[in-house]
Amino acid sequence: MDGSHANAASAPAAAGGGEGMQRTLNPYVTGNSVIAMKYKDGVIMACDTGASYGSTLRYKSVERIKAVGKHSLIGGSGEFSDFQEILRYLDELTLSDHMWDDGNSLGPKEIHAYLTRVMYNRRNKFDPLWNSLVLGGVKRGPKGDEKYLGMVNMIGTHFEENHIATGFGNHMAVPILRGEWREDLTFEEAVKLIEKCLLVLLYRDRSSINKFQIAKITTEGSTIYPPYALKTNWGFSAFENPSQGAVGTW
Amino acid sequence: MDASSLTGSSSSSDAPTSGEHRMGTTIVGVCYDGGVVLAADSRTSTGMYVANRASDKISQLTDNVYVCRSGSAADTQVISDYVRYFLHQHTIQSGQPATVKVASNLVRLLAYQNKSMLQAGMIVGGWDKYEGGQIYSVPLGGTILRQPFAIGGSGSSYLYGLMDHEWRDGMTQEEAEKFVVKVVSLAIARDGASGGVVRTVTINADGVKRSFYPGNKLPLWHEELEPQNSLLDILAAGSPDAMVQ
Repeated sequence: MDGSHANAASAPAAAGGGEGMQRTLNPYVTGNSVIAMKYKDGVIMACDTGASYGSTLRYKSVERIKAVGKHSLIGGSGEFSDFQEILRYLDELTLSDHMWDDGNSLGPKEIHAYLTRVMYNRRNKFDPLWNSLVLGGVKRGPKGDEKYLGMVNMIGTHFEENHIATGFGNHMAVPILRGEWREDLTFEEAVKLIEKCLLVLLYRDRSSINKFQIAKITTEGSTIYPPYALKTNWGFSAFENPSQGAVGTW
Repeated sequence: MDASSLTGSSSSSDAPTSGEHRMGTTIVGVCYDGGVVLAADSRTSTGMYVANRASDKISQLTDNVYVCRSGSAADTQVISDYVRYFLHQHTIQSGQPATVKVASNLVRLLAYQNKSMLQAGMIVGGWDKYEGGQIYSVPLGGTILRQPFAIGGSGSSYLYGLMDHEWRDGMTQEEAEKFVVKVVSLAIARDGASGGVVRTVTINADGVKRSFYPGNKLPLWHEELEPQNSLLDILAAGSPDAMVQ
């Protein structure tokens, strides 16, 4: 029943794959953008709680940010079943790490490196995990509390940055973050900035819903706040009567 | 349910976003105060032809867990056969009934690992002593999500708005059973790929109850007329509506 072994006889270049070769051809249930940024005490991450099925907003209470071990948060967009599978891999990883019982625990940099290898190797087999993952965390190191934020996507592209966004967020949130992010943001300022990005995505991303979750990670640990909705602003006079000055406009 | 995939004509490149939906069915699962009710229509189509007008789309996995099947008839039958087989062994080994969570995760495992070959959207529902009544949705791709209620199949498109409007938590068993029959029959009214009878399965601490609501016992909706034996009966009754030029 396990269809995930590639048939050695089939040429890797054959797009359809041989007998029993699994290939995520296209995503079915997909999560939206994830945005994240470093702030004074750690890393803050946010996303909406929706998962779409094509153009239908099918599932509206989905948690797409999860804690990983003691030091990290992972946010996933893209095919939700693949994200759930990645969480299982991470469970195995953190369990083995714990079983070493050596006083050490995997930090965000290590988790990110692991995920990068998983994503890239799957891509090389033409069997990608159809996700963009954001990995953030804080770990005490020789130079003090080291904040870490990185992302990796389905083709294995990976990098570290002070602020990350996936999906539509790349186009709508990143420009805002580039303009307004600072090294020493307080939690309140970071939340305000994240909410600014979330609102823009709500207005302009067709697949977003008005139900968000914000999560933060500091040296104390991770907190995933309960879902909430944001107020939207429609009170522009131009919105009320757009065809006043130009009949037939939209 | 699409039986045409038996001929090998199903293709997973017919994604919901680009290809035509081949899922003829309406399936529903709801939690109520004390258990769950699963419901489905009974139409299996091969293209435009109704291959089976009284199929049973709610299959038993264990004494306390059932699954609603939508998508390819062959794929979902084989998945439920495998899961039934695994759960049987699991029950013997553990000495107690399988939990709904375990059953749903087995369904998910098969759906996920074979995602490129399967067209199966399923709703798993049941009752166990640990968590009570539970409903798990396993759509295309192999995602698993626990929900207070779930809808699936091509007929479900017509139910999103209705469920958003009318769903309430904590219904009684009678309310839940009436609700799912209403909901499936509304979908049947509009979805060409759904039809026939409404079958329901109610699962709770006391066991399992199967019900059958034939097409002629379902409520009538907009533009639907009360069925008659013949025009002759209408004329005999001297109906004032008879159109006379």
